[in-house]
Amino acid sequence: MDSVSVLIPTLLRPLVEGRSEVVLPADAPMTVGGLLDRLSEGRPLLERRIRDETGALRRYVNIYVGGEDVRRLELLDTPVEPGDTVMVIQSVAGG
Amino acid sequence: MNDQATTVLAIGTKKGLWLATSRNRRSWTLSDPLFLMQEVPGVGIDTRGGRTRILVGTRSEHWGPSVVHSDDLGATWTEPERGSIGFDPDDGAALERIWQIQPDSEGRPGVVWAGCEPISVWKSTDGGEHFELNRGLWDHPHRSEWGAGYGGAAAHTVLPSPADDSIHVAMSTGGVYRSMDGGTSWEPRNRGISAYFLPDPQPEFGQCVHKIARDAGNPRHLYAQNHHGVYATPDAGDTWTSIAEGLPSDFGFVMLAHPRRPGTAWVVPLKADGERIPPDGELAVHRTDDGGGSWSRLHRGLPTREYNAVLRDAAAVDAADPVGVYFGTRGGSVYASADEGESFVEVASHLPDVLTVRAAVVAD
Repeated sequence: MDSVSVLIPTLLRPLVEGRSEVVLPADAPMTVGGLLDRLSEGRPLLERRIRDETGALRRYVNIYVGGEDVRRLELLDTPVEPGDTVMVIQSVAGG
Repeated sequence: MNDQATTVLAIGTKKGLWLATSRNRRSWTLSDPLFLMQEVPGVGIDTRGGRTRILVGTRSEHWGPSVVHSDDLGATWTEPERGSIGFDPDDGAALERIWQIQPDSEGRPGVVWAGCEPISVWKSTDGGEHFELNRGLWDHPHRSEWGAGYGGAAAHTVLPSPADDSIHVAMSTGGVYRSMDGGTSWEPRNRGISAYFLPDPQPEFGQCVHKIARDAGNPRHLYAQNHHGVYATPDAGDTWTSIAEGLPSDFGFVMLAHPRRPGTAWVVPLKADGERIPPDGELAVHRTDDGGGSWSRLHRGLPTREYNAVLRDAAAVDAADPVGVYFGTRGGSVYASADEGESFVEVASHLPDVLTVRAAVVAD
């Protein structure tokens, strides 16, 4: 496997041409932050939705690598291996 | 007022935007919700140059804040891809919320100001599509001492003067700051405004000024609704004196000034800091026609029982003759007056908490 699959939540799909999954080439390990950089290339609106201007993951956006919440791992420094599936999911928020 | 004109009333709430329209400002048609589930704390309607542009500050709990605009009364919306307002990475801050979108005067076409959380002021010269951070205020030595009120730390009011290069900003908490040079440098202007919640109740800055408005007749004359205290200044903020006598309470969030007639302003008093409801649960608008020397209680058409607050930006006037007065409550009711507050009609009810309203007469 020389790719990483990123699963996109419904509300963000208009920003990735309507797709539920974006497959990014990955022939070497990278970090979640690096993966988001690639995902956001040419998609500045998507970048703003997931990370703020400081580069921090927005508070109510969750990312899972291999089913594990990156907030329990190394956040944006969490390693991503070729073949991994990465999920972007909005968490519970709003009254 | 020209009966053939349409008035549009933008209602920003905790969970979306509604647009109401009317030909006579008495019977209103309410749109379906726009930006549903997004907070809309700031709206501006820019009618300069023969174009009506509705600018909306949105905030998703998940996806963050943004500024979008519509040039066709809400039929379509544009969101600049890279965002209209955003800090540079070196600033070490992230935009939280757009509290105020304020088109400048006719003499400065294209200029739009924004007041935001964290406490910051932004200026656009392209009609609100891209804003630049005002460095003079952002780098102000007082910034580390400005605090957060309950709603967050924000520059919630930006008042550029139509007469000169002065600008007034109100922030909670921090108080009033004034620039005399178009925003390059800023100084606090709070002398006379109380901060009873601080050890020194008359500090140079640190007040929780809820709203300020500029008088139509004299641009150096401003009004302020403070966190307890209603004030006026005759000298662009150098000195403030109380104009609360005659009001049932000096607490509230709203301050509106007439767009043309000097000395006329409106407030919506609430009982107290610790009891944020209309006095005795009876909702009323109070208007002065003599610069705060006396007040008239106006309540015709308003409910006899109301226990919700009216927030600082949830009130507005239009520019028609006679002036329309609009406000919404945290209970989701919105009221409009076509006669400067003498009587009101209900525009909407059971909306989410109303955070902002703006009204404008638009060309058909």
